[in-house]
Amino acid sequence: MAVLSPTQPSRGLGGPTERTPRRVGFSQRLSRWDVKVSPYLYISPFFVLFAVTGLFPLVYTAVVSVYDWNLLGGQGDFVGLQNYTDVLAQPTFWKSLRNTLSIFVLSTVPQVIAAIVIAALLDQNLRAATFWRMGVLLPYVVAPVAVSMIFGRLFADQYGLINSLLGLVGVDPVRWHAETFASHVAIASMVNFRWTGYNALIFLAAMQAVPRELYEAAIIDGAGRVRQFFSVTVPQIRATIIFVVITSTIGGLQIFDEPRMYDAQGLGGADRQWMTTVLYLYDVAWGNQKNFGRAAAIAWLLFLIIIVIGMINFMVTRRIATSGAAPRAQRRGRRGRGALAAPRAAAGDAATVPEALPADTGTPEPSPTERRKR
Amino acid sequence: MLTHTPRRRAAMALAGTATLALALTACGSGGDGGDGGSSDGGSSGGKIELTVATFNDFGYTDELLAKYTEEHPDVTVKQVKAAKSEDARTNLTTKLAAGGEGLADIEAIEVDWLPELMQYPDLFEDLSDPALDGRWVDWKVQQATTPDGKLIGYGTDIGPSAICYRQDLFEAAGLPTDPAEVAELLGGEDATWDDYFAAGAQFVSKSDAAWYDSAMSISQAMVNQIDNAYEESDGTPKDLATNTEIKGIYDTVIEQSTTNGLSAGLEQWSGDWDAAFQNDGFATMICPAWMTGPIEERSGGVTGWNVADVFPGGGLNWGGSFLTVPASGPNAEAAKELAAWLTDPAQQTTAFENAGTFPSQIEAQSSEQVQSFTNEFFNGAPVGEIFVNRAQAIEGAPFKGANYFAIHTTVQDGIKRVDVEKTDDAASSWDKTLQAFQDLGL
Repeated sequence: MAVLSPTQPSRGLGGPTERTPRRVGFSQRLSRWDVKVSPYLYISPFFVLFAVTGLFPLVYTAVVSVYDWNLLGGQGDFVGLQNYTDVLAQPTFWKSLRNTLSIFVLSTVPQVIAAIVIAALLDQNLRAATFWRMGVLLPYVVAPVAVSMIFGRLFADQYGLINSLLGLVGVDPVRWHAETFASHVAIASMVNFRWTGYNALIFLAAMQAVPRELYEAAIIDGAGRVRQFFSVTVPQIRATIIFVVITSTIGGLQIFDEPRMYDAQGLGGADRQWMTTVLYLYDVAWGNQKNFGRAAAIAWLLFLIIIVIGMINFMVTRRIATSGAAPRAQRRGRRGRGALAAPRAAAGDAATVPEALPADTGTPEPSPTERRKR
Repeated sequence: MLTHTPRRRAAMALAGTATLALALTACGSGGDGGDGGSSDGGSSGGKIELTVATFNDFGYTDELLAKYTEEHPDVTVKQVKAAKSEDARTNLTTKLAAGGEGLADIEAIEVDWLPELMQYPDLFEDLSDPALDGRWVDWKVQQATTPDGKLIGYGTDIGPSAICYRQDLFEAAGLPTDPAEVAELLGGEDATWDDYFAAGAQFVSKSDAAWYDSAMSISQAMVNQIDNAYEESDGTPKDLATNTEIKGIYDTVIEQSTTNGLSAGLEQWSGDWDAAFQNDGFATMICPAWMTGPIEERSGGVTGWNVADVFPGGGLNWGGSFLTVPASGPNAEAAKELAAWLTDPAQQTTAFENAGTFPSQIEAQSSEQVQSFTNEFFNGAPVGEIFVNRAQAIEGAPFKGANYFAIHTTVQDGIKRVDVEKTDDAASSWDKTLQAFQDLGL
């Protein structure tokens, strides 16, 4: 197209021999750029938005964390890593980490297992399937603060409904706010209440994409329901499992609303027995200390911890999912995803081919940012 | 595909980062609900709109605000109400931190926020005005005055405290029920905490209910009666380990609450506390003027509440608010005038009738409307007269510096561990309190 376009009067010095290749070259370059650059331009709005709303705060937080910075007083002196050492020296920080991990394990593990089971049940031929599917999503619609306030009262130590029910069956009242473990269970139950149904729907979507002939083949081979579930369903939805586990991890380590609203004071109890790290961050920044520098340091420490834990459970989940990869390789190939990764995974030990997996996570899923905005 | 994976991994890392950053910023921008940020209120044609940001219920009705427009035709007044004082506080501190953008022309504050705000007096207009000398009780003005004499807020209400009690539970336990006799039982004019605890011992020996709701509120009251509880007057924090006054209160309250069983073991504003009103959980309560509202809210169907004109250990002020004018506002002069008008005795008396906010203005306290005010829910108790008497018993305001609440929280946590959560005994909980005090790094 560009080659055929009529020439304009030459400007400047260049003779025809120079001019033509230059013009053609430029046009070609333009169209080459068009091919190469345009896709990136099309997706750039997301990344521009991300840079403004995500990357900038992240970097700015890092800057704040190396200054003495009061909420009202603003920026103070440069203190280097002092804020980090201060935070690491505070027993409350470590206690908050312990609480966060404990609540995270108590919520994520049962939640993912329950969600898979519920999804498997919903995947059967039920009457009024839509009704049941919407039903499990209902708790997700309830605002987390409302959930926390209601559960805070259900789990009240003296006059709570849960303790009254326990009393009916002769169990001594549990001190849901006072005891460390009991309070973690109570808070985890709020998280589970809210997120199990949501995860179940994600699993259900993945399960419905599992080719039905696999089940037919399994039945012909004599596999029962349970065997089908473990040998067909679970391996088939492993990419989704990884996705759910990772997003649950990120969300689980950022638990805030539930412990914040669990009692009147919102600081995690007198002993800080259920204060999570984000709650601690909030208390440092907006509580009595009003210390933004330290709060920013906590935010960064939490960020690094989430990355480390995310990596660990990525590795673990992948290892589980790829053990005995050879027979599954065929099926994956048939589903048209991970076709290249599968032979490699089949060829060697999972640990030696870390590239195998990211390909699988490329299946369309709700974006991680959709989830757990807290 | 192999060559793409590093990039893809980078993208994943980026996406993960985005999730975290979004979630964290989402947390950070909470509590922004308060006011609509109309401080840029149009000043077209000499007309200006002033916004007043309040919380809970200050008793400023639309009619009251319209009255100001009648007197000042160029000014319209808009009120922005936050449902909870914490929301208003977060809104105020966050916007002050952001340079004052979006603040209302007049921002209401609670007395408890003063220590932190007083460190940055330049953020507020100096409201001192010789014409207003003598409008408020002295200690109310003193609370909002910086060391170099700058007044950052006009007083609205105060919290003179009496004792609220359940006359039905008293009767069942064989104690007198008439307010005057109850006042006498609790020690009359020179009531001491010992009198109050002794009456409690008498009560709990004949009743299933506890004497008071929470050891935390009792200790809060006792600490508030000390002039320099945690800090010297120049703001230097006292060492908690050698603070015998505080340790004395700690020991007394815990002994009375647990060993002698006077406390219901509740934390105020918790779900259990709410429920205890319906379950005859306790018979008496420390009762600042504004507490009559929350008691009534929680006591549907309970008819026995009354108020005794007495308070152990002298007078007690609990809470109270001020109106401030942020320095960044474009209409600071007009706002100052409005704040002075709103805290005028006449307006405050109206506000008291609307919402029960007890006036800090001397003239309003002696007015007929306040003096003759009664509360039907409290069996017709003459609450106006009672709280005026209680206000006169208040001698001054204790010093609360920048570290007051940080230290106070460590002590309150110590009492909570023993009285409410029952996870520690007095000694081990005090050790934890001292540890927490150390961690403050003062």
